[in-house]
Amino acid sequence: MPMTLDEALPIVATQRGDRIVITTMSSAGVWPKLSDAPLDFTYIPSSMGQGPSLGLGLATAQPERGVIVLCGDGSLLMNLGCLVTISQHPANLWLLLIDNGLYEVTGGQPVAGARRTDYAALARAAGISRVYTVSEKADLEKAATEIFAGAGPVFVWLRVEGRLGQKTPAAPRPMAEQIRRLREAINGVKSEW
Amino acid sequence: MIDGNQVVEVVRALGFTHVLWIPDSELGKWNDALSVAGTPRLIRPCREGEATAIAGGLCLGGARPLTILQCTGFFEAGDSFRNFVHDMKLPLIFLIGIRSYRAHQEGRSADTCPVFTEPIIKAWDLPYALLPGDFNATDLEQALKRFVKGRRAGAVLLGE
Repeated sequence: MPMTLDEALPIVATQRGDRIVITTMSSAGVWPKLSDAPLDFTYIPSSMGQGPSLGLGLATAQPERGVIVLCGDGSLLMNLGCLVTISQHPANLWLLLIDNGLYEVTGGQPVAGARRTDYAALARAAGISRVYTVSEKADLEKAATEIFAGAGPVFVWLRVEGRLGQKTPAAPRPMAEQIRRLREAINGVKSEW
Repeated sequence: MIDGNQVVEVVRALGFTHVLWIPDSELGKWNDALSVAGTPRLIRPCREGEATAIAGGLCLGGARPLTILQCTGFFEAGDSFRNFVHDMKLPLIFLIGIRSYRAHQEGRSADTCPVFTEPIIKAWDLPYALLPGDFNATDLEQALKRFVKGRRAGAVLLGE
């Protein structure tokens, strides 16, 4: 039985350190229950699929800090090329793919290739060398320290149960406030740029 | 059109730290100079919506990105552009080549790119400057400077 999102994300939370955490779609509904710090960035409103690329830009601009992106399978499928870009421009980026096989926030329709696509193979073929596949909570607990040690980029394929009847998540605060908090937290980055 | 070394000098002078770049047949001539520039650092994304998102992340993190792309890529990047420029209000600056612009002006091309580029830029409510034909480094610098100094999103369109 695959783990649930509610089981997986607390393990990630214990390992995030002072990294920026970008949440999208399903993860955006769960993460604020675990952490609501200035370095938590709920990417809502979003352009679906662009979370990993947003994270790559942030990680490139802030090379010492590190960025974790929680991205759904439906989102990644909209921007698969990002895997190649991430491998070609190494940064301290942890891309955690939440694979539930569903477009969860739209009512649970299956994504293309649901439960058939080997995302770890895609990431490796794109050139990312640190790739992990985890389906069970106990395995994630065991691997978590190794996953979050060392340098990025790291790709983690988290295979989780799909959930039906989910509401579209909302950000805990307006985007402008999120941006202000994040910028203040990362060494007072001037807001005009 | 100016060469790659001149473009690098302009981009450096204006303080851009990174260039997001997907070449087209005209702007592609800048490849060698951008590749070895060091500063600005060149990032090669796979698609233009992705380029816009990386630029958004760079901007959030305190860097100053310039995104160079063709109009066709800007068409593709619409949702990403909408999100990063209008939802997130990030002052992203774009250099956009309009494919077949000069041939269209002279009635020698049926390419629809010149027909749709400016209306689409206007529809997205993005301020822009148009450099319609031959231009020099000073022209480019002045056109970009308007957005850099104003700390606002904008595009410089290059007639190809």
